[in-house]
Formats: sequence, C-alpha cells, structure tokens
Amino acid sequence: MEAFEILLTASFWVAAIRIASPLIFATMGELVCERAGVLNLGIEGIMTAGAFAGWLTVYAGGDLWTGVAVAAMVGALFGLLHAALTVPLGLSQHVVGIGITLLATSLTYFTYRIVLPEVTSPPKIEPFQPLPIPLLSEIPLVGPALFNQTPLTYLAFIAVALTAWVLYRTPLGLAVRAAGENPAAVEAQGLSVTGIRMGAVMAGSALMAVGGAFLTMSAFNSFFFQMIAGRGWICIALVVFGSWRPGKALLGAVLFAAFDAYQVRLQQLTGGMVPYQIFLMMPYVLSILALVLVARRATYPKALMIPYQKGER
Amino acid sequence: MPDTTDSPIVLRLSGITKRFGTLVANDAISLELGKGEVVALLGENGAGKTTLMNILFGHYVADEGTVEAFDELLPAGDPRAALDAGIGMVHQHFTLADNMTVVENIALGTQSPWSLRFNRAAARKRIAQLSQDFGLAVDPDRPVSALSVGERQRVEILKALYRDARILILDEPTAVLTPPETEALFRTLKMLVGKGLSIIFISHKLGEVMAVSDRVLVLRGGRLVGERRTAETTRKELAALMVGQEVAAPSVAPAKRGEALLVLESVSTAPSASGSRLDQATLALHAGVITGLAGVSGNGQSALAALIAGTERPVSGTMRVAGEPVSGWSPRAALAQGIARIPEDRHAVGTIGDMSVTENVISERYRDRRFSRRGFIDWKAARAFAEELIRDYDVKCPSPEARIRLLSGGNMQKLILGRALDPDPVIILANQPTRGLDVGAVAYVHRRLLEARQKGAAVLLISEDLDEILALSDEVCVMFKGRISPPSPRGARSIQELGEMMAGQGLEAAA
Repeated sequence: MEAFEILLTASFWVAAIRIASPLIFATMGELVCERAGVLNLGIEGIMTAGAFAGWLTVYAGGDLWTGVAVAAMVGALFGLLHAALTVPLGLSQHVVGIGITLLATSLTYFTYRIVLPEVTSPPKIEPFQPLPIPLLSEIPLVGPALFNQTPLTYLAFIAVALTAWVLYRTPLGLAVRAAGENPAAVEAQGLSVTGIRMGAVMAGSALMAVGGAFLTMSAFNSFFFQMIAGRGWICIALVVFGSWRPGKALLGAVLFAAFDAYQVRLQQLTGGMVPYQIFLMMPYVLSILALVLVARRATYPKALMIPYQKGER
Repeated sequence: MPDTTDSPIVLRLSGITKRFGTLVANDAISLELGKGEVVALLGENGAGKTTLMNILFGHYVADEGTVEAFDELLPAGDPRAALDAGIGMVHQHFTLADNMTVVENIALGTQSPWSLRFNRAAARKRIAQLSQDFGLAVDPDRPVSALSVGERQRVEILKALYRDARILILDEPTAVLTPPETEALFRTLKMLVGKGLSIIFISHKLGEVMAVSDRVLVLRGGRLVGERRTAETTRKELAALMVGQEVAAPSVAPAKRGEALLVLESVSTAPSASGSRLDQATLALHAGVITGLAGVSGNGQSALAALIAGTERPVSGTMRVAGEPVSGWSPRAALAQGIARIPEDRHAVGTIGDMSVTENVISERYRDRRFSRRGFIDWKAARAFAEELIRDYDVKCPSPEARIRLLSGGNMQKLILGRALDPDPVIILANQPTRGLDVGAVAYVHRRLLEARQKGAAVLLISEDLDEILALSDEVCVMFKGRISPPSPRGARSIQELGEMMAGQGLEAAA
C-alpha cells in the first residue's frame, strides 16, 4: 500500500519535524502564558512580527543568531504591551489578544513597505543550514528526521525541555503555575502576581516570535505576507491538546505536523483525482477530532483568563 | 494564660480606617495583641473583621492608620513584609493552588525565584519536622486537590509555621470544619500558644470564642464596640454587643391550618448528578403551616427542592399544586403557581453576582406587566422596587446599581427573601435559609417566615439545623434516603427521636 509506505520514508519524517518546529516554539510560548493565567491571542501577530524582525535583521547584514535574538526581543515587547493591558489593567484577554494580533500584523506589513518600497518579489537571505549531528544522524529514519535538521529545530526541542524544567523543577515555575491556578495563593505567600504574570507573558511571547522567525530563517529564506497562515491559532489548540503540559504539547505539535506532511504526499499520490482542498483540510479535521478525544478531560489552569486585582473584594 | 498587661505587645494596630466607596468597612480601629495571647475578633458578617485582617496582612491598603509588629512599622499593602515580620494568615477561603502538592504550596515563594532547582527535599524535611512538632499530620507529596477541608486547613497553618510565624491570624477557621476537626484545631491552637505564638481568631460563633480566647474584641458596623476579658464575660453579653440589642427568640402564634396547597404522593425523581433523588416521597404542605424537613444533607433534600422549584420533574407518582396534578412542570410554571424560592446556595443559584441589585430582584419577575411592556424593561419601576426592598428589608447596600456580589451574605439573603415574599406567595420553599448568617440576620429571616405563615402561606423549611426546625415548624418530617416520614406535630417528638430518625431508625417501617 503506497499510502502507508510514505510513513516509512525519511523525507516524510524530515518534513514533519521541520513543519513542527515553529509550532513547538509558539506552543511552548502560549503554554507559558496560559500556565500563568493569561490567554495570549496575540500569538498570530507576534509570530508574524517575529518572522519579519528576524529576517530583516539578517537581510540588513546581521548574523543569523542576532536575527533570532532580535525576533525574541520584538516578541517580548509585544508581550509587554499585552501584559500591561491584561494584567495590571485587567482588560479582557480576548479583546486585547485579537487587538495585538491585528496591530502586530499590520505594523509588520507597514514596516515591510517602508523598508522595501520598490521590491516586488521578496528578497532572499541565506538561512540556517542543516547541521548533521555526528553518528546520530546516521541512524536510519530517526537520524535524518531528528539529527539532520537546522540548529533552530534543535533549539525548539531544547525549548521544550527548558520549559518543562522551569515549570516543574524551579521555584519560579512553582510561582508561575500557582499564578494560573490561584493567584490569591501567590499573593498570600508574598509574591507579586502582576510581576509573575507579566514576566510569563513576555517570555512566552518571545518564544512565539522565535517560532515565527523559524519560518523566514530556517524553513524558507524570505518574508512574505500571510506566511504565518493560522499557525498561531493551531498552537492555541495544541496547548489544550497537550493539557497544558510541555511534553504532551510537543507530541501534539509533531502529530499535527505529521498530518500536514502526510497530506501533501497523499495529494501527489492521488494525482488530482480528489480535490486538493480535501487534503488541506485533513490536519485540521484530525486535530479537532483529537481535541474532542483528548482534551475533554483536560484540567484547565483554574485562573486562566481571570484577571487578578489586588485589594478588590 | 498570660495577661496582656505584663506580656510584651507583639502587634499594634492604631486608628485603622478603610472605606470601600461610601461604605466605611473599618472606622478608626485600634487593637493590641500580647505575646502568647489569643484574641478573638467577634462580629456579624459584614462587621469588618476580615477587612481589618486583610489590612494587617497587606492585602488591602488602609486609608488611615498604622500597623506595628514587634515594634516595627509595617509598610502598607505588602504581604511579603507582613510575612517577613512573622505574621501568618489562614484565610477563610484557602489560598492554595489545587494543581500542586502540599510541599509545593507550602514552599511557594520561600526559595529564590532565580535558583535553578526547587529544593524539594529540604522543604519536605522541614515540613515533616513541623508536622511532628505541632501534631499537624499531612502527607507532603499529595496534591492539594485530593485533601479534605480539614487537611487543607492544616496545610494553611503549616504554611505560616514554615515561615516562622510568631503571630497567626485565623479567619473564620471553623466555618468549613466538622465538629471533630474543630476540636483538633482548638488543640493545635493551644499547642501553638504554648510555644509562644500569639493568635487572632476571627469568628461569629460565640461558643468558639468563649472556648479558645483570652480576650474578645467585638466589631459592629466597622467599629470596635466592646472589649472584654473572656473569663469575665458571658455569651449573652457578647451576643448583645455583637448585634447591638438583645436577641429574642421568635414567638410563634398557633397555626391556622388551611387546605393542602402542595401534595406529593409517592413521587420519585431521577437521580441528579450529585445522586440526590426522591424515592416514593409523600408530603403535604398546608396553608398557614410551616413544615420543617429535618435530615442529614444528601438524603434527597436537593431533589425535593428542585422538584418544587420546577427544575426537576417527577418520573412516577403524583404531584398536585392547588389541587391540580401538574403537567409540563417548569420553573416558570412554579412561579406562576405562586411558589417562592429561597435557594440553598445564594451565591451560585440565588443571585447573579456581577449583575446589579435591581437586576437581581426582578430576575424572577421581569415578565410581569409591572416591570416590562412589549419586551422592554421598565427600569424606573424596577429601580423603585429595588429601593422598596432595600428599605423594607433593611438591606445595607450602597445603591440599587451596586453589583450584588459586593453585599455581605446576610444582606444578600435579605434581598432574596424580599424578592420571594413580596408577591405574597402561597407556597414558600425555604432551603437552608439561614446557613452562614449571623445571629441578627437569622432572627430576621425567621420573623419574616413566620409573618408569611400568618398570612396563610404554606412554608417548607429545609434545614440541617435541628434547633431551627424545632423553633419554627408546626409539623416536622424527617428525610432519609429519598423518603419522607409522616409529619409529627410540634413537640410530639424529642430531639433524640428525631436524631434517630435522621439516622434511618424506624423510618423504613413508617414510610
């Protein structure tokens, strides 16, 4: 069966992991925000801004890693704006998030036009190249998929480990998780709910922006409009799918990416007999199904989306 | 017991004033706490006890006044400073994160946030030591969500001890405890005082205050109205101070028994999510009669209340209202039949917290011509009605526009009572009408229910408080496993007998 054999080809798994990488960054970012009790719907716009900022830095002559750092900083700044509105001011997280997405996206496109007024086809940069890890990359199937990727993909996996470590093994992580569950507990222990939530939103937004930058600096080599294409929204669902746990969320991201890589190959296999939109739809349909099956029992951070205001009755 | 005059002062509040809008929650309150002393802060709900302690602990910032602990001035609005000064607080609504374990909750905020590793072993060891020293048994590795209420409170106390608290504030600590848990708490408090801690104990229960405190401060309406040494006062004196007047037991005129207004004949209902159901229950509510329904909670009282209120329908048996068997029974049908409801849970079911007082009082009747025409609400009439209730029922609230969740429990209950009784209902369902209320509010609710009975309403009083049932009811039924015993007239059965029936004795045969 040809449709099954796709699953055994190295190129399929290489593609799946590559598609998963930006999702992994952004999902970890969203997870950190939500664990602290803030839903960050600015994710789509922050990814757009990150994609552009990273690419522009390199295009302007910067080093690739400088590009990643600039993307993260731009993300953190949008995170600061989001946090300032939703945490101390306690505004609706939905409204602010959508506002941030619209603002960040428009501001990005605007800046693009200002910086490159004359260009019709997007200029290219020299992106991150695959960095095979000696020996490990020789393993059949697993080797090319996991150990012959660009450094940014390795960083995505490191980000998952780091997020899990911070959340579950450090005093800071305890405070973040408590802030998303019962902020009153955080305040009663003498910590600042505002400080913790703002910090988490900024850090999370930086991760989202790096996820965006992956697209322009690793997956592709230029920036074009609409390139985030709903990936941010998918990450919101992946956090739920992962029950707010980094490991499970990583699994979700890889699973979704695998569906996506698979449908492209399936399209080629059927050779136009089935309208290609059906295949495009497949990962989304499957993720809705997966959500229904997995996430119904998920336990939400109890204070998610509930502003905390000190001294209010 | 140490005497305040010769033990050093560990805590001094001077002239604390706090306003919420126009409401003065604390009015120039000063108090001192001596080392090894237990001071009780007594007052009705809404008297300002919790506000005062929240200022002391830094949750609120006082408009005026200062807090000194161990002769050091505490900065305002900084819980960390209060913790560092050796003040620990056990909040009435526990401040625990359910998604974390006991160790994590206790050690939260005690280790540097920048350290790369949470030192669980050290925290666990210290907790084990404290548990042993103070007899506060709790498994440090269990998630808080799996703990009983009593265990959670022990965790809260451990949180304070873990930070070397020398002053412990307990806000209504017994409100959620069973009697044995309360006794265990009191033993713990004695031990803590023995080790030199000072305690402020907030309560509105006179018995507890008499049992644990050395000194009592009484708050009323945000002001300090009295201070007594516990050994030199009586419950009666404290009650009078707390309420501002002598509390008289309700006087009950003889019942004028009328026709049966609501009759259940062998009615069963489907089990609800909580498992509450009726099993061939038989009951008759007569005009001019208060029927008390005693029973341990969870024996079908919720199902009975839901059935009468219209949120539940019978699956078998007959239910008659005003002589007619009901069909298409619903909350709206129940309201149309003149059934008034005082729900068990005033926060979750009785009111909508974020809507205004006006909106809440018309929420059952906004379709009346009095409050709406052609689909538009007549806000002038609605507001006038709210103002009328606020005046007639003596509700303390800033304005009819205030969100109802800002009201104290007693005031909220008065509004619910007013909403229920205003249209002169023929049947009144009063489910735990005085739960969590203070002495003054309880007496008020009782008086209003008796008035409604004098006007000829049939009242069903569901309560876990046997004293309340015996004081008000003309007839008493006992509920056990979804069944209802035949009624016995006032005074026919002793508390002893009723207690046995509540445990199921003799009821199976009778039903």
